[in-house]
Amino acid sequence: MSWGVLLALAAAAYALKALGPVFAGRRIVDGGSGAILDVLPIPLLAALILVQTLDGGERLVLDARVPALGVAAVLVWRRAPFLVVVVAAAATAALLRL
Amino acid sequence: MGPRTITRDALAIGVATGVYAVSYGVLAVSAGLSVAQTCAMSALVFTGASQFAVVGVLGAGGGALAALGPALLLATRNAVYGLSLGPVLRGGRARRALEAQLVIDESTAMARGQEDPRSAHRAFLVTGLSVFAFWNLGTLIGALAGGGLGDPRAFGLDAMFPAVFLALLAPQLRRPGARTAALAGALIAVVLVPLTPAGLPIMAALLGVVPALAVVRRHAREAAR
Repeated sequence: MSWGVLLALAAAAYALKALGPVFAGRRIVDGGSGAILDVLPIPLLAALILVQTLDGGERLVLDARVPALGVAAVLVWRRAPFLVVVVAAAATAALLRL
Repeated sequence: MGPRTITRDALAIGVATGVYAVSYGVLAVSAGLSVAQTCAMSALVFTGASQFAVVGVLGAGGGALAALGPALLLATRNAVYGLSLGPVLRGGRARRALEAQLVIDESTAMARGQEDPRSAHRAFLVTGLSVFAFWNLGTLIGALAGGGLGDPRAFGLDAMFPAVFLALLAPQLRRPGARTAALAGALIAVVLVPLTPAGLPIMAALLGVVPALAVVRRHAREAAR
């Protein structure tokens, strides 16, 4: 990979991140579309959770990540501390893979 | 969340991503990137999913330009995060421009879990800096060490990230319309995973807000009164 392509990717990735903070500021959010914009990350995060659990490279797979997410869900529901949730999920997957 | 809890959780997320960065470093070097390029990518691109996509395409024998498409598609969600963080970020344009580099999944999710704007900004900044520090440190270790460090999956580390985002998403589900949007978005993404290139399923999940629009608008109108 050439440095040129790498720097182009870095510039594009940064431009995407900076679109809101630098160019739009808080103007959009103060308008009527603010409430909708505020909800947008929620389906993205929900999708991220399931894709990270089930993605097997262009197909869906059921492996140790699924019971690990189940354990995490029960702990989140029982209002366990964040660290407990994350460590329990990793431990569940690690034990199932022994 | 108090400042101490924010810092503790941010450090935990940082360490988890740092361990993953080690595996990125190993893969990047074995895919033909130099150590300097591997590290530059973590510092300058700084969005994990895109970096793994680039390395994946290069490792499979693809060209650098072929790697750009999926990498950019995966980075597109950061634009949505940046737009939604408008009220959270502070200061003038220069400071916003600097903090924009920290707009990623983890910092956004942590910021949105807070109750007031001040804690939200703190959570964004502390999480972003923690992940940045550990991500770059882990990358350097992986790039220098090469293979032989073991598979992070054996330690269940890949199962950590869904748990991280679930714990961060759960408090947000109380917002009006949030459950509908989350459920619809997750369904759209899962259906699309086998059918579309990486990155597209998560962006398409944005359409999950459509069934929630009526509820969101009604609550926004009521709140404005």
